Amino acid sequence: MQGIYLTIALAPLAAAVIAGLFGKAIGRAGAHSVTILGVGMSCVLSFYVLYQFLFNGMPAYDGTVYTWLVSDGLTMNVGFLIDRLSALMMVVVTFVSLMVHVYTIGYMHDDDGYTRFFSYISLFTFSMLMLVMANNFLQLFFGWEAVGVVSYLLIGFWYTRPTAIFANLKAFLVNRVGDFGFVLGIAAVLRYTGSLDYATVFAHADQIAAAQIQISSSITWPAITFTCLCLFVGAMGKSAQVPLHVWLPDSMEGPTPISALIHAATMVTAGIFMVARMSPLFELSETALSTVLIIGSTTAFFMGLIGIVSNDIKRVVAYSTLSQLGYMTVALGVSAYGAGIFHLMTHAFFKALLFLAAGSVIMAMHHEQDMRKMGGLRKYLPITYWTCLVGSLALIGFPGTSGFFSKDALIDAVHLSHRTGHWYAYFCVLSGVFITALYTFRMFFMTFHGQPRMDHHTQEQLHESPWVVTLPLILLAIPSAVIGWMTVEPVLFGDYFKGALHVLPANDVLAEVGEEFHGSALEFLWAGCKSLPVLLAALGVLTAWWFFLKRPDLADAAERRFKWLHTILVNKFGFDWFYENVLVAGARRLGGGLWRFGDQIVIDEGFVNGSARSVGWLGSVMRYAQSGYLYHYAFAMILGLASFLMWLLWRT
Amino acid sequence: MMFNTHLLSLLIWLPIIGGFVTLGLNDRGAVAKWLSLFVSGMTLSLSVPLWTWFKSGTAAMQFVERTPWISTIHSEYFIGVDGISMPLILLTTFTTVLIVIASWSNVQKRVAQYFAAFLILEGLMIGVFAALDGVLFYVFWEAMLIPMFIIIGVWGGPRRVYATIKFFLYTFIGSLLMLVALIYMYLKSGSYELAVFQRMPLTLHEQTFIFLAFFAAFAVKVPMWPVHTWLPDAHVEAPTGGSVVLAAIMLKMGGYGFLRFSLPMAPDASRELDWLIIALSLIAVVYIGFVALAQRDMKKLIAYSSIAHMGFVTLGMFIGFQIVANTARTSGIELGIDGAVVQMLSHGLVSGAMFLCVGVMYDRVHSREISAYGGVVNTMPKFAAFMVLFALANSGLPGTSGFIGEFMVILAAFKANVWYAFLAATILVLGAAYTLWLVKRVIFGEIGNEKVAALEDLNGREFLVLGVLAVAVLLVGLWPAPLLDVMRASTQHLAEQLLLSKIPL
Repeated sequence: MQGIYLTIALAPLAAAVIAGLFGKAIGRAGAHSVTILGVGMSCVLSFYVLYQFLFNGMPAYDGTVYTWLVSDGLTMNVGFLIDRLSALMMVVVTFVSLMVHVYTIGYMHDDDGYTRFFSYISLFTFSMLMLVMANNFLQLFFGWEAVGVVSYLLIGFWYTRPTAIFANLKAFLVNRVGDFGFVLGIAAVLRYTGSLDYATVFAHADQIAAAQIQISSSITWPAITFTCLCLFVGAMGKSAQVPLHVWLPDSMEGPTPISALIHAATMVTAGIFMVARMSPLFELSETALSTVLIIGSTTAFFMGLIGIVSNDIKRVVAYSTLSQLGYMTVALGVSAYGAGIFHLMTHAFFKALLFLAAGSVIMAMHHEQDMRKMGGLRKYLPITYWTCLVGSLALIGFPGTSGFFSKDALIDAVHLSHRTGHWYAYFCVLSGVFITALYTFRMFFMTFHGQPRMDHHTQEQLHESPWVVTLPLILLAIPSAVIGWMTVEPVLFGDYFKGALHVLPANDVLAEVGEEFHGSALEFLWAGCKSLPVLLAALGVLTAWWFFLKRPDLADAAERRFKWLHTILVNKFGFDWFYENVLVAGARRLGGGLWRFGDQIVIDEGFVNGSARSVGWLGSVMRYAQSGYLYHYAFAMILGLASFLMWLLWRT
Repeated sequence: MMFNTHLLSLLIWLPIIGGFVTLGLNDRGAVAKWLSLFVSGMTLSLSVPLWTWFKSGTAAMQFVERTPWISTIHSEYFIGVDGISMPLILLTTFTTVLIVIASWSNVQKRVAQYFAAFLILEGLMIGVFAALDGVLFYVFWEAMLIPMFIIIGVWGGPRRVYATIKFFLYTFIGSLLMLVALIYMYLKSGSYELAVFQRMPLTLHEQTFIFLAFFAAFAVKVPMWPVHTWLPDAHVEAPTGGSVVLAAIMLKMGGYGFLRFSLPMAPDASRELDWLIIALSLIAVVYIGFVALAQRDMKKLIAYSSIAHMGFVTLGMFIGFQIVANTARTSGIELGIDGAVVQMLSHGLVSGAMFLCVGVMYDRVHSREISAYGGVVNTMPKFAAFMVLFALANSGLPGTSGFIGEFMVILAAFKANVWYAFLAATILVLGAAYTLWLVKRVIFGEIGNEKVAALEDLNGREFLVLGVLAVAVLLVGLWPAPLLDVMRASTQHLAEQLLLSKIPL
């Protein structure tokens, strides 16, 4: 099997190298063929691996590919851990990536950077696979940073746009703040377990739990809490949790296919995956899990709110992504790792679908993203319309769709949890359902229904996108609709994740949820239809319909009435303002101050040039002693002799 | 076999003699170029057996040559390499060839002398890394200043005189104190052999003075805060080749000195004064990181970035004492030292490449100001690709060489104290901030002005130089194991030396 795993990881890399270095030689068709072939190969093989796990009971694989380095008796390897968790992630990553590759043929058709773009997205697929297939922290970090870099390159893909190159730098730096914590977490893991390999670390998790970390002479913390919190800071960066979320909306400056692939379906879920992977560690720290829970619910609720006031179609979907990432984090926080990963999977499908559908709309609108200039697109873009509807229903958790199963299970799990902060979390995820439905269908109605608001010229040229665009939409709509129904029993209520995710029996809320419905999807569906979340979702859709389709004047009135709230939301709670004007400006001012005062005035002027000057000054003073007049010298001699004698007398 | 037994001497003297021959060519610049390419190429090929024939299982010196030299003071011509100095010599020969190629057509005046200076410098630097005798080391160490002084002073920028004098005085004053320490140990032991110095018992008092004397020499070279201000000036005024040699190799002399002299010769004083080095290293990372943010001159920015990165070198070397003190275990000492050495080698590649990139732009636009650029990628896409790669390596991206040393030192620092690791890890944010902000302002964006609009992409020669460096950066980053295997026995030996007290009972 190792050959297969290597092929899965390396095929996209090889394709990326070929398309990147020889893009000119192989041409556009060559570039997309080779990358699609590479990713397609990975995708087929990933499905094969998953199949082996599901139906042939294949055991997990944990092996080394090569030794990266050995130092101080510590061996750092590059290696694969292929278990049911990574197999699921591999399928999600390669499948969405394949869809995005095909879609890109249509979306980037007129772009000069066509071959470069294909090279980047294949490189991304390789990096993401290295991340999810890792069997140790080193490789995890390698994949982690590599996806960050490709994201950086892709957000800044249109490098002449000032907003794009601002956004990519911002994204990289905010992620680096997360990585800062992540590295400290990895260092803590090494210190207390002496290894970076998952298997060894998890086997020695109790050593971390037993240790205390000295923060200052009087303060000690449990090492496990410290470690988990540091690791979670990394996850907060990558999975855009408050307050490290600010980069994700701006990342929409990149081309839409990568918004779907990187900033919705795969990379941003790396943090969720990582925490789930580290479940043997997180389970040991209630404090860390509570923090995860509270951060996640805050993100889920407050980021959803911003989605309601955004007019850029991609940004609405981006804020929805933030909010949904918050949901996944909430699941982690209540130890329902399986629910988090399950929502990650369904979300990958329906959110990639929504982004690609938004992209299809944007293409039809000649790269106009403002929803106020859309409307009535339903009849021009029928396939996009119907697929987008499927995606939207899945997102709001319409009974039976994939999103329904994952979100409802998650909310039930929060309800059953007793972790500190669960009331707050329950409030956030419940009201989040209403908000989700509201902004989703606000977007849906504003885009596809009502009167067309675009200019005449655009309206004349409106037409459905080519098949390379619509085919991925359809292929993503299918799992968005049915994957939950098909997989909820084994994945959530069954033992699919047995051995891959670790939950202490006392914390296992997901098992409780399963028991309530006797592990049956049908019962779950039936119960769900009558539950509060579905009601709230329906209410949200209704509100959206009333405010943005039936009586748009009411929306404007509400906006005027609640001006203060609207202002807060439009300003995104002021995070960007604070970071730019306080942190970034402060850092630059501090740097300038240290440079001018510390380096130039104190060290250079004071010490360096100062000592040179004082030597010069000493010389110029001493010069007077060398006047050349005999009586000066004689006088000095007498003076010297006199003082010498005085000193001798005084001594005795 | 002569080749086998005198390989190191060949490596030292071939470029020096070649340099003097080149010097004699005077106004025949073209011949001088080809000759120096030949000589540096030969030196590089001769240094390959140094790696392939190297026995990695032992900490003993290899390729040893030893003959009496100045018998009245018992000084010997005694050279050899171990796992720490050998990679540094390879870095020297590798870098020099690249500098010769990179400087091919951007020197107009005194062409022969320019190339001669680099050849002579190469031989002297190899001498520094190979010398096992105190006087021999000191001679190479000081002699090295002369060609560097000339390179900056003759081919440098407008403020070159200020920069050269600052550079010379700073380093020279430090070195003189080192000489005093060497003479003191000679008077006590009757030998200049470095191994004898490392073995001889010394009281803590003596060690402290010796440590501080060495510290003066090495801290300036590294350079450590607050004796770092000569570096930005020297870099800014130096021609591209000079900057590359300075960043890639000369700074490593300081780190090498700590490993070869301070730590093994004064281990007890090193342990007593480790707080000083650790504090200065962390200041270098954080303070200099902020200062780098404020730079408007590309070379200054990279110079400051060098200082911050070299902070990891000194931190990694001295963190071991804190690990022992705080955990009562020795696991982590080697990790720190290995990390420090890898960081030196990687910094040689990456900062050299960064200065070459600035050189490529400077040759075309004749400005180092960041504001004179903008949107270079539009006219120089190939160059931009290289520059972004090296910038990412400079930000410590895994998969490039820049990651390894930083990662290892942070891991080791955490074993000693959370806060050391915390402060050191700020480089993840600060390093990325100043480097990628530079990239944003210079490489990306709309075409900034007509000079940028008129830029031509890399020519074959430049592509070759940057391409070779890119391959090296990636190769080391993806598979550093062979490098660590070569170093292991020597760092293990050094770690043992650190733990042994030299205070006489």
